[in-house]
Amino acid sequence: MSTPQPPLPQAAPRPPYPGYTSPIPVVRTHLLHAVASEWTKMRSVRSTMWTLGVFVLLVVGIGVLAGAVVGSTTADMSGSNPLELGFFGLLLGSMCLITLGVLTTASEYGTGMVRTTMTACPSRGRVLAAKAVVFFLVAFVVTLVSTTLTAVVQVALLEGSGAESPGGEDWLKATVGVSLYLALLGLASLAVGSIIRHSAGAITIMIGVLLAPLVIALFMFTDSLKDVQQALFEYSIPNQLSIFYANSLSDSGPSGWDPLWMVLVVTAVAFGLAYALLERRDV
Amino acid sequence: MIELEGLTKRYGEKVAVDHLTFSVRPGIVTGFLGPNGAGKSTTMRMMLGLDRPTAGAVRIDGMRYDQLKDPLKYIGALLDAKAMHGGRSAYHHLLCLAQSNGIDRRRVHEVLDTVGLTSVAKKKAKGFSLGMGQRLGIAGALLGDPRILMFDEPVNGLDPEGIHWIRNLMKALAAEGRTVFVSSHLMSEMALTADHLVVIGQGRLLADTSMADFIARNSRSYVRIRTPQREQLLDALHGAGITVVEAGAEVLEVDGEKSEQIGELAARHQIVLHELSPQRASLEEAFMRLTAESVEYHAHDGRPLGGPEPRQAWGPDWRKA
Repeated sequence: MSTPQPPLPQAAPRPPYPGYTSPIPVVRTHLLHAVASEWTKMRSVRSTMWTLGVFVLLVVGIGVLAGAVVGSTTADMSGSNPLELGFFGLLLGSMCLITLGVLTTASEYGTGMVRTTMTACPSRGRVLAAKAVVFFLVAFVVTLVSTTLTAVVQVALLEGSGAESPGGEDWLKATVGVSLYLALLGLASLAVGSIIRHSAGAITIMIGVLLAPLVIALFMFTDSLKDVQQALFEYSIPNQLSIFYANSLSDSGPSGWDPLWMVLVVTAVAFGLAYALLERRDV
Repeated sequence: MIELEGLTKRYGEKVAVDHLTFSVRPGIVTGFLGPNGAGKSTTMRMMLGLDRPTAGAVRIDGMRYDQLKDPLKYIGALLDAKAMHGGRSAYHHLLCLAQSNGIDRRRVHEVLDTVGLTSVAKKKAKGFSLGMGQRLGIAGALLGDPRILMFDEPVNGLDPEGIHWIRNLMKALAAEGRTVFVSSHLMSEMALTADHLVVIGQGRLLADTSMADFIARNSRSYVRIRTPQREQLLDALHGAGITVVEAGAEVLEVDGEKSEQIGELAARHQIVLHELSPQRASLEEAFMRLTAESVEYHAHDGRPLGGPEPRQAWGPDWRKA
């Protein structure tokens, strides 16, 4: 027995209802209000500082360390791109961005804050969009600063080792390229956090997505699975990340800026799903 | 003004809220009463647009909740003290709420002062006691200086001083012309604060009445009498023009505070009394009886049965109140 939704009369902005009238001026709120709110939320919890702090430590620390080690040995780096050394730190650091992305949405469900948030801003799409904007900007800027710093130091450390001097596109891919890629990966995690609504669960899923294809591929010994194994290698996130440094595991598969377009599509799909579920489900 | 119209929420087969229709008026405190699990919180969540109703609608000053552009200025809600991030300071918790509604940050300091949390504004919420958490939640509700306030079980976990503070706050807010809607499972608490009562049980509306009316109907005082000489006493009482109700095998009940009169009457007629005691039905008892019957209400299509006990105050006219 489902009763049809009775039509609601569209009321004027200030209906003639009696009662208290506040002296506080009425503001027509928009996305920027929600963005300001989400920015306050993000900067006022310690988990943001932890995840981003560890991220910077991993990216810059491992990057500089790798540069120093390779620079101090007599290893012949001729013909290779010194920026490649930034890859390891970034791969580990990506887990921090995944965690922060998931926490941005899922932690509100864990704490109950989401009910307060949605009461203050009943437009659920706006809340999700504001979280995405704030997270993306923070993740992109922090990654860009870390990778640029690492790259500059690495190039300086490898000055005399015979390594090639990276060209303009190498620089662009190793800084802006990877930063966009990781910020988008974090954004996909944010959407997954909103879908799963459970921090630990969503983080586990995203780390699985990050590592599982590569690990599974390692154990595919039979010839009949050769093609699958190859595809898993080529499309695994670590390999996609390495494409930005032009040292892919294979010569076939994605190349150039392909990983960016792929993560863009994946993130868009995740957001579509997250939004649809957010509108449908109870908070 | 909050208006509910046939509000229904079903989780699979289970009906949590069943065709609720009532309105909450400004200028008074309306108590929303029901035992645990009656559907109070679900109803409040639907009022705030958090849960989607299966059927029916809620209007806030004529609008759906999601049509409100600056909801905190219309309606402030305390849902539960835990609806916040424990790692965030009280100040930042309120600041992010204020920003989402374009409310000046000066107002954050004002409400912190109102609820008495200024000294711990920079402390993390997870270190707060339950009472402090409630105060922070109330600060959030007051942030937009709203026309409507909703509190879900606000006195839970509060010390007597905190309870007293909340009671006075709610009354003061209503006196300013605001709509105040407060849920509780304690009748005794409501009796002290609410001007109007909405009672639900198993998701159904059981009563929508003024508090004064509820008290008049239910805090009935009567005299309980036990006597081995039942017939003689009945005659004597009848002769004196006192109406008597037979409430059990040996028990008689007389409305009002007439124990002295009855005692003297019995002495004059030399009737032995085993008991002559003035009684007062508590509101809590009345509320429990009302909600306990919600099962029966449910089974009989919402129409209350004529109670088997004649002293039952809930006749079929109960819901007209």
